[in-house]
Amino acid sequence: MVARLTRLFLAPAMLAALLAPSPALPADNDRTLLLGTTTSVDNSGLLGPLLGAFHDETGIEVRTVVRGTGAILQLGRSGDFDVVLVHHPEAEEAFVAGGDGTARHPVMTSRFLIVGPRDDPADVRSAADAADALGRIANGKFDFISRGDESGTNAAERGLWGRAGLSPWTDRTGWYRETGAGMGATLNMASVLSAYTFTESGSWTNFANRGELTILFEGGSHLANPYAIIPINPERHPHVAAQAAKSLVDWLTGPVGQSFIAAFRVDGTPPFAPVR
Amino acid sequence: MSGPASILPLRAHRLAFEAGGTRLLDDVSFILPAGRRTVLLGPNGAGKSLLLRLCHGLLKPSSGEVRWAIEGRRSARRQAMVFQQPVMLRRSAVGNITHALAAHDVPRADRLTRANAALALAGLSHVARRPARVLSGGEQQRLALARAWATEPEILFLDEPTASLDPAATRAVETLIEGFHAADTKIVMATHDLGQARRIADDILFLHKGRLLEATDAAAFFEKPQTKEGRAFIAGELLW
Amino acid sequence: MDSFVSAFAEAGALLVSFDPDFLSIVGLSLRVSLTAVALACLIGFPLGALVALTRFPGRGVAILLLNTFMGLPPVVVGLIVFLVLSRAGPLGVLGLLFTPTAMIIAQTILVTPIVAALTRQIVADLWVEYGEHLRSLDAGPVTTLATLITDARYSLATVVLAGFGRAIAEVGAVMIVGGNIDHVTRVMTSAIALETSKGNLSTALGLGIVLLFLALTVNAAVQIINTSAGKRAALA
Repeated sequence: MVARLTRLFLAPAMLAALLAPSPALPADNDRTLLLGTTTSVDNSGLLGPLLGAFHDETGIEVRTVVRGTGAILQLGRSGDFDVVLVHHPEAEEAFVAGGDGTARHPVMTSRFLIVGPRDDPADVRSAADAADALGRIANGKFDFISRGDESGTNAAERGLWGRAGLSPWTDRTGWYRETGAGMGATLNMASVLSAYTFTESGSWTNFANRGELTILFEGGSHLANPYAIIPINPERHPHVAAQAAKSLVDWLTGPVGQSFIAAFRVDGTPPFAPVR
Repeated sequence: MSGPASILPLRAHRLAFEAGGTRLLDDVSFILPAGRRTVLLGPNGAGKSLLLRLCHGLLKPSSGEVRWAIEGRRSARRQAMVFQQPVMLRRSAVGNITHALAAHDVPRADRLTRANAALALAGLSHVARRPARVLSGGEQQRLALARAWATEPEILFLDEPTASLDPAATRAVETLIEGFHAADTKIVMATHDLGQARRIADDILFLHKGRLLEATDAAAFFEKPQTKEGRAFIAGELLW
Repeated sequence: MDSFVSAFAEAGALLVSFDPDFLSIVGLSLRVSLTAVALACLIGFPLGALVALTRFPGRGVAILLLNTFMGLPPVVVGLIVFLVLSRAGPLGVLGLLFTPTAMIIAQTILVTPIVAALTRQIVADLWVEYGEHLRSLDAGPVTTLATLITDARYSLATVVLAGFGRAIAEVGAVMIVGGNIDHVTRVMTSAIALETSKGNLSTALGLGIVLLFLALTVNAAVQIINTSAGKRAALA
């Protein structure tokens, strides 16, 4: 009976042993790098080929985890990444100033966009600047979908509302809605509702479910979206792969990485511009 | 079948059992010696099943005590019980018996031989591999007896073992009970069937409403009951 | 409607393509969820049986908790495991966050209460039937436990199935603790979430249909094993 019991409990145990994963990350710290980055970069489709090229050249495998900028910086602060690639300059400077990252290295820029239904009831197309465009949407209380997730895109959007002297998230009449989700979920909702939303070129160029949505406003100094890469401070988190992180920074900001970014196209348009 | 020292006699001393504030058994004392077949007789609800379970240790008395000549695990392993509704494990007939033997720490090598012998005795060899739960009611009760037999008990408790069986199956079960008796296993059986009691009993414990009214030789009880309840029961007038 | 039709086409194409990326996603889904269910059974079977068979102070509360935890939201489990495994958390030094191991841990926590609670019910019911016989045999706790679990095996197979269904279908926990890293921690559900966020709705739905197909296959296999074994032995 004891034998039967053992067999009974051993079967799943053996199965578990059989299926148990090989330790993935910790051992080979210098050959794998954990990168925290934002949905906009990931959704563009840039990372796959870019990091593939880096891997071919250096033998370092980069694994990416995708969240909003706020979440990525928070995770970086607790040492869960080796390096982060994000887009919220003020937060990044605070991150470095606080000793969580070693330094902020600009990598590329994309463009923030205001997208909305083709017929453009708020006449955003003829707006003078981005703040004016948002003001027109608010005036007519046309449906606007915001990410509301403290991502880099969300921070930039709020900054623009501030420039327009508005704070629609306090408005309870229902035209301004926050999804609290990623760019994709927000674009999907805007598409279904034919509403306006604030996005950036990285996500937009690769977004397939556009429905009636089209780009209504872009360009201007306030719609530049700068990305920077920040290695996590190894003095604070000794386990991070600092050497590999430095390799990635050097490569991305160096000639090979920069020309790769410059040459990257989605449907013929470049979602990102290199910094040099 | 008993070991070097017998667990018998069984002494019940002033047993009482209460449930939910109702006294279901009260002040029951008796001695059960080896050898003789004892039948607990009485109408439904007299407390026969309860008394069997108290003796076998399945229930704890509210007061009083059950004492064996040898206490502890050695006594527990030398008893067996067969219930009105036989408990059939979800295994083959022979598997039901080898399970009981395994529970009694019988060496693995001996289990099958002993199980097959018990099945043969109960006339169940032809269904040995069949799932116990698809056997007929009579076969199931015989299997329960074969299972008890295989563990070689010194005392066998039976709780109305034939109450749900037809006359032919009842006869087969009674024959098996005779077999236990012939092999010196002490028989303690509860029944409300007068005919069965007459066929089997050497001694009678007559229970009524939770009290032991008569403890006597079977012939004497059937000849001349000492209580009016006993007389009424034999006359078929005492239903509960 | 169009996307619905194209989703089925996409699902069919995925299934017959044997695309290595797709197969690695399916493989990881199975590996993570099957391991988690195996571990959950290892803990949940004896735990459920123990709660069913023993009497101890606070047992009622334990049953209440088990039953409540059956409905644990995956994101909550994911969040808790995340906080524990994060470098800032108590087990941060293990460096397990964003690995398949972390996903297995989260799903094990998710599935164990389901296995334990259902096992408790099944074993308790069987105990009503077997209890007097096993006690009459003077069966020890190990024998008792083994007998009940062995004899409840067909019912317990459906418990395993319920656990597997829960594990393979959840996205909240694996997404948070796994990080949906391509080729490392990307499973079917997190891939579906990703494709949805990219607006590739038919690819997402295609993956969803494949997932359904997978669940169907596993369910059918267990059902066939059960009925044939049940018919042959009528032991169930």
